Amino acid sequence: MSAITPATLHALEDAHEHADHDTGSNTVFGFWLYLMTDCLLFASFFATYAVLYMNTAGGVSGKDIFELGFVAVETAALLLSSITFGFAMIAANKQKKSQTLSWLAVTFAFGAVFIGMEMYEFHHLIVHGHGPQHSAFLTSFFSLVGLHGMHVTAGLIWMTVMMIEVTRRGLKPQTVTRLSCLSLFWHFLDIVWICVFTVVYLMGAM
Amino acid sequence: MSLFGKLSIEAIPYHEPIIMVTLAVVAVVGLIVAAMVTKHKKWGVLWHDWITSIDHKRLGVMYIILALIMLMRGFADAIMMRTQLAMATSGAAGYLPPEHYDQIFTAHGVIMIIFMAMPFMIGLMNIILPLQIGARDVAFPFLNNLSFWLTAGGAILINLSLAFGEFAKTGWVAYPPLSELSFSPGVGVDYYIWALQISGLGTLLTAVNFLVTVFKMRAPGMTLMKMPIFTWTCTWANILVAASFPILTAVLAMLTLDRYMDFHFFTNEAGGNAMMYINLFWAWGHPEVYILILPAFGIFSEIISTFTGKRLFGYKSMVYASGAISILGFIVWLHHFFTMGSSANVNAFFGVMTMVIAVPTGVKLFNWLFTMYRGRLRITVPVLWTLGFMVTFTVGGMTGVLLAIPGADYVLHNSLFLIAHFHNTIIGGAVFGYLAGFAYWFPKVMGYKLDERWGKASFWCWLVGFFVAFMPLYVLGFLGMTRRLNHTNTPEWNIWLYIACIGAFIIMFGIVFQVVQLVVSYKNREQLQDTTGDPWNGHTLEWSTDSPPQYYNFAKTPVVDDIDAWTEMKEQGQAYQKPAHYQPIHMPKNTPAGVLISASLTVFCFAMIWHIWWLAAVGFVSAIAVFIKRCYTSDVDYYVQVDEIEQIESAHLSRALQEG
Repeated sequence: MSAITPATLHALEDAHEHADHDTGSNTVFGFWLYLMTDCLLFASFFATYAVLYMNTAGGVSGKDIFELGFVAVETAALLLSSITFGFAMIAANKQKKSQTLSWLAVTFAFGAVFIGMEMYEFHHLIVHGHGPQHSAFLTSFFSLVGLHGMHVTAGLIWMTVMMIEVTRRGLKPQTVTRLSCLSLFWHFLDIVWICVFTVVYLMGAM
Repeated sequence: MSLFGKLSIEAIPYHEPIIMVTLAVVAVVGLIVAAMVTKHKKWGVLWHDWITSIDHKRLGVMYIILALIMLMRGFADAIMMRTQLAMATSGAAGYLPPEHYDQIFTAHGVIMIIFMAMPFMIGLMNIILPLQIGARDVAFPFLNNLSFWLTAGGAILINLSLAFGEFAKTGWVAYPPLSELSFSPGVGVDYYIWALQISGLGTLLTAVNFLVTVFKMRAPGMTLMKMPIFTWTCTWANILVAASFPILTAVLAMLTLDRYMDFHFFTNEAGGNAMMYINLFWAWGHPEVYILILPAFGIFSEIISTFTGKRLFGYKSMVYASGAISILGFIVWLHHFFTMGSSANVNAFFGVMTMVIAVPTGVKLFNWLFTMYRGRLRITVPVLWTLGFMVTFTVGGMTGVLLAIPGADYVLHNSLFLIAHFHNTIIGGAVFGYLAGFAYWFPKVMGYKLDERWGKASFWCWLVGFFVAFMPLYVLGFLGMTRRLNHTNTPEWNIWLYIACIGAFIIMFGIVFQVVQLVVSYKNREQLQDTTGDPWNGHTLEWSTDSPPQYYNFAKTPVVDDIDAWTEMKEQGQAYQKPAHYQPIHMPKNTPAGVLISASLTVFCFAMIWHIWWLAAVGFVSAIAVFIKRCYTSDVDYYVQVDEIEQIESAHLSRALQEG
């Protein structure tokens, strides 16, 4: 090992910065690709719902159990959370730590409202005897909506971890990259929800 | 609810002598290996240099070792089936009772596709792809390690089913309603589900990893249309993985919900629809066979162009043909169930689409022939595999076109004709391809060539054995024999069943000779040594590195402006040139996180199989905890210093120049 001269040190720093920068864009691209595979997972569940939604086995159909007003509020909560996550990312890109944290907290609150309402809906259906075991329609409904709900829950856990990270480490490039991935994830779930809302609730209640 | 769920001492099949002997042999071999490792004090090496390694080359080697071990397991299943069917003729019962036999054919299919072919393909891709594009590693090295261990976790689960409980008796497709709880109440289907889920996750992550690697990390100057053909075919395969494996994840998740929580996706009751499973399964399953075959096509292309000493004929058409096959591969899935009552028009569409695939495949075959035309083909082991493939695969392709005609399929569906067809394409295509790639790239990975004589002996046993074993199955298909029979009582089938059994034993010699070849080559590694790093006069960048390649792959990132980048460097006298100066190289550090996450998830899956809910929770939470801890570890990289690079590179160059 030779002694490190200022010149090599400089080269090292350059290389490091360069490497970090590259890794960041690779990470976001890789995560986007993963999201596309996730999209196909949802597509499979949508297709199954489309095949099974009429198979009510003599039980309830969508018309009987969907309450559009309730779901509209739920939807509004999730859509608003997407906007507030956008504000969080703007703040993060401007390196404004406390602003980022506040917007993340607001986003988390909206997400929690959404999940809370969904759990209430599921609970309500189950206690009224419309659990997923009763027909293929209910099976596919609970699975599709539940799959989305599990994703949102995972997003909330991830958001918690990120809020701790931002608090402790500030907004270093790696942290901002991770926030970008979470932001992609969150907006993606929003888009999926718009499809759920349309295909399951709107078309089901009509 | 007991502490161990459904797991009890009764789960161990101690009354089955075949299984107990197998387990005893496995235990003895395992102990011998462990003793050897202890004796040579290699546990540290094993842990630090292999298990925790994030070097794509070492991971590739581990993938291939896994594939070879599972090949043995899968082949043992195969030869048991063939001997059973040769013995259980004319009303005899044979030696395998139906409930055991059914597990064997299911395990054989799952193992050969998911735990032999996939790891073999991914192993070769792991080793070679980053080298071919002039990259130092893959985009996400840690993820690569995790992917490997997830695959290994699946393999461990499927082997555990031998000792604890049972494996699925449903056939490798696990169609409901047979695979539903009411008809398969044991843990067999659950082993199937979780082994496929965990390894499928690994495969999906690998695809994402390699897609990012290919799109973001190519050497300067290497445009997409200058990528080596093997890299291209792997890329198409990865696109297929990314687009099809989520469907498998989804359909298995649905089956899980049916079995565990009394849902009704595919049940007979409450409006479930079993056809939905079958559609989704094949929407994954058909692309899956192209995932296996496309990289093999790439391997053959590399080999043919290298050993004729010519450029690959029709590089562009090869790339587009692979793309066409990938896209068409997604719109043919229904040909797996022509007989299940779709309308004639639907069947016709899928039949025509299936036949259309023969066109791009034919383009490839002609490209290989034209590459050989007026070349000087050196008949080495990789070339033999390639020539064997071209003949065998063409036969398999043509029987495929036959099956693609819905009318014919009504006669041949689920008969041994189908079994013969897909073994014809998977063995003659994918397996021959991987074995060709194994022989071709072995010197690159290990630093010495494989023994040619044993290699040729192995090839001829495989080729002859294949034809002897599977051509009779075409005949049996025409004679009306269906698949998955445990015993027969039709005397005119007997002779063909005997011949097929002989074929399986000839293939066995092929496998034995392969092992002998490895041992002999290892013994003679001094004479077989590859000092230049370019033993075959190769065309692409992997041959510009030392054999085995330095852990950082390239001391200086190569600049590329030709498809055959290494050939061009050699022609222009730029090969083996020492650059004016080296730069420190940024490298990732090894990590135990991958193996720990995978171990936790394997425990989770095992606990799910046996309904040990508390253990499942522990496994799942610990996997997430290790992952989060890994995310907040900052000590993940280091720099290779210039003088170390200087030393390694000078040694390599002087060896190469001495030889050249």
